Amino acid sequence: MALLEIAGVSKRFGATTAVDDVTLRLERGAFFGLLGPSGCGKTTLLRMIAGFESPDSGRIVIDGVDAAGLPPYARPVNMMFQSYALFPHMDVAGNIAFGLRQERMDRRRIAARVAEMLALVQMPGYARRRPHELSGGQRQRVALARALAKMPKLLLLDEPLAALDRKLRAETRLELVGIQERVGITFLVVTHDQEEALSMASCIAVMDRGRLVQTGPPAEIYERPASRFVANFVGEVNLFEGELTAGFNCLALAVTGFPEPIPLPSGTQLPKGGAAALVVRPEKLVLSHAPPAGFAIAATVSSVGYLGGGSIVHLATEQQKALKAYLPGTAAGAFGRGTRVWVAWPAEDGVILMQ
Amino acid sequence: MTGLGRLGRLVLIGVPFFWLALFFLLPLLIVGKVSLAESTIGIPPYTPLIAHDGRGLKLLATAANFALIASDDLYLRAYLGSLGNAALATALCLIIGYPVAYAIARCQTGRRQLLLFLVMLPFWTSFLIRVYAWIAILEPNGLVNQALTSLGLIAAPLPLLNNQFSVELGLVYSYLPFMILPLYGSLSNLDRSLIEAAADLGARPLRVFLGVTLPLTLPGIAAGSLLVLIPAIGEFVIPDLLGGPDTLMIGKVLWDEFFNNRDWPVAAAVAVVLVAALAVPLLAAQRFLERGHAR
Amino acid sequence: MIPPRAAGWFGLGALILGFGFLYAPIVLLVLYSFNASRLVTVWAGFSTRWYGALLHDEAFGAAALTSLEVAAMAATVSLVLGSCAGFSMARFARFPGRLVFGFALLAPLVVPEVILGLSLLLLFVACESWFGGPSRGMLTITVAHATFGACFVSVLVRAQLTGFDRALEEAALDLGARPWTVLMRITLPGIRPALVSGWLLAFTLSLDDLVIASFVTGPSATTLPMAVFSSVRLGVSPEVNALATLFLCVVFLPVAFAGWLMARAERRRQLTQQVRGE
Repeated sequence: MALLEIAGVSKRFGATTAVDDVTLRLERGAFFGLLGPSGCGKTTLLRMIAGFESPDSGRIVIDGVDAAGLPPYARPVNMMFQSYALFPHMDVAGNIAFGLRQERMDRRRIAARVAEMLALVQMPGYARRRPHELSGGQRQRVALARALAKMPKLLLLDEPLAALDRKLRAETRLELVGIQERVGITFLVVTHDQEEALSMASCIAVMDRGRLVQTGPPAEIYERPASRFVANFVGEVNLFEGELTAGFNCLALAVTGFPEPIPLPSGTQLPKGGAAALVVRPEKLVLSHAPPAGFAIAATVSSVGYLGGGSIVHLATEQQKALKAYLPGTAAGAFGRGTRVWVAWPAEDGVILMQ
Repeated sequence: MTGLGRLGRLVLIGVPFFWLALFFLLPLLIVGKVSLAESTIGIPPYTPLIAHDGRGLKLLATAANFALIASDDLYLRAYLGSLGNAALATALCLIIGYPVAYAIARCQTGRRQLLLFLVMLPFWTSFLIRVYAWIAILEPNGLVNQALTSLGLIAAPLPLLNNQFSVELGLVYSYLPFMILPLYGSLSNLDRSLIEAAADLGARPLRVFLGVTLPLTLPGIAAGSLLVLIPAIGEFVIPDLLGGPDTLMIGKVLWDEFFNNRDWPVAAAVAVVLVAALAVPLLAAQRFLERGHAR
Repeated sequence: MIPPRAAGWFGLGALILGFGFLYAPIVLLVLYSFNASRLVTVWAGFSTRWYGALLHDEAFGAAALTSLEVAAMAATVSLVLGSCAGFSMARFARFPGRLVFGFALLAPLVVPEVILGLSLLLLFVACESWFGGPSRGMLTITVAHATFGACFVSVLVRAQLTGFDRALEEAALDLGARPWTVLMRITLPGIRPALVSGWLLAFTLSLDDLVIASFVTGPSATTLPMAVFSSVRLGVSPEVNALATLFLCVVFLPVAFAGWLMARAERRRQLTQQVRGE
């Protein structure tokens, strides 16, 4: 039985539909990511799971129990808030122990659990500190410890890394995954940062304007996006719009202005004549000075941005279409501004999207 | 607040509501009722509204008190005098308070808190005693006259007490903090970059003040003015201690009607007219404060 | 923009004149409380005889005691009523009678005291004639003070609740606390500054009130302002100077101390922030 089942849940605020008929399953022990831009409804969905909002329609079932009508304090779910929401008038130990005191746990067990949690987030010895004496990263750990203290069946994390600086974010990402594996609790992380979702989650659901648009493991979301939105939102993308037509020995995409149709992955079974889009990730593009064998597009380098581990090369085709290529290392050194190049990619690396 | 329960809500709203209904709204209604009664000897010294006169219940309401107020120009002069004094005091508080609030708003944060604290501090000491202090300063043998005489600037003591001047001084002195605080609130929320933008676009300091600062601090000016004007109209202590025989303020008139003339119905009628006159600025004040909360 | 230096002088001048105006009479009162002579005009040397006279004055002593008792009781009742009212206005967006309630909470703050006093007296007199009601005295003064005190407290509580981080309450609910527990353990401690300053404000206002107390009191109860007023109507009274100074000390010192504590806490907070490099 799945730990969390969301069936046909919708929520409206006045005239706006924040969550539109969302259906989702969370397996036990998963590190699940809910990804989407701001305003897509992911936070509303999270709050409905936690019990702060109630759905207008649909069901939320937590570990086999229908959560309808259950107030937040009666659910086996705990939340780590984006602003951390640490109680300012209690010290760190008091914060972590708060949930345990509500369970009427005896004092010795509480003290032991608090110590255990502090060790888990690597902050032993901070028990007597007050929230205002802690740095942002430390507060985040205490918030996590507090939410884990009750060993809930499901832990909700609302943009857990948003307030941290970049370096800290990368480190904390790994830590979170490590902690989740150690305690074995199911995590549901809500984030707008696709890098975060891709690197932490074992399964991702992408939301757009209240609807769930794709669910799957990170690699599938990235390599096989199901829609233009997902392709655009997750990672950089080159998008070609055109019409399906016959190619050399396969299906191809005829794009206005381009001399030849672009070959599609072999085995693509779609009717000719329909409108479609081809998505190619920047790292799949291969640049060369001389025209390669097979299909290629002529373009000029408009700018090169060095990122440290590689470069993003911006290109403009003769048809004024902008393309992005990612070259690792210092390979982009060979292609300065204004260079005329040929752009190609293995046909199998393209992803075809219907309307 | 998720589920404090119907009972919880009822108690939280109901208890203070009931108290205020009983000890604020009901008394005002009673004032209205007494204003329609006649003065009699006895306890209470006014006639009841509904009486049994052998054949049934009769309504004993009379508008005589209001007629008295309307006919005797003492009352009219008192109302107008109060309004005039209060309005003048409000204007003076504004003129004095604005630069002080401005100066405080331009200080660094730490000093600002200290200065605001110092503005409020006199408020924490006895109002009565602070007003009384001015007697010692303004009386013919008081400090000011003493100083001026010893400096040879005047030959005879100046009449600084028991007149319009001392009343205005007392009003401004007492209500100044109530003007400074809202003004400071508005000024401190002023976005400095707006002033800089105006200056950058070529406006001279006076133009910047009139065109940017003043309009944007209008809410503070309005709040401070209401906080001074409305209570000042009905002020009693200041005209009684610092005023003279020709100081006619409605608060004092009400007190005299009540305690000296023992004419409760007329006092009540004076109060009713005063509340009616204040109703408009009162409702404006409430709407203003509600809007501030509905942000 | 006013040239910075000119603005500086103007600002400084405004501050000096403004604060000088506010504090001059107070300073003078203190000075003259130590004047051996009764007259303001003559400085007859340093003396504490007026303090002695004051402390032996039984009337003032009894009045002071009455005022303190009334103020303490009224402030406490104000706190309870005002907190409930402020909470209701801040958290319950709609309920029947909210408009009237809001008006009843704000009007006493601005309505002239003579009207508040008169209306309450008429109420108590009516009660006496209907129920043989409570005789006027300390009880009626306390009730009157509690009424307008509650309005002041409600403003403070409402303001602080409006700025309160609701996420703290949600976190507490999420961790298993029931709404009542959240109120007691999270919300009320969170608005403690408003509660403390509310009590202090109601206390001060009660201690300071002359007009309303004069209206609603009975033959047995005289408050300190009433005693001072009758003494002062006859002119300058040196005992009152001494009283004023004592008053100032009693009020000024704890308030100044509290302010110093808060400033120190603020400086410490800023230092910790600097140390953390924020």
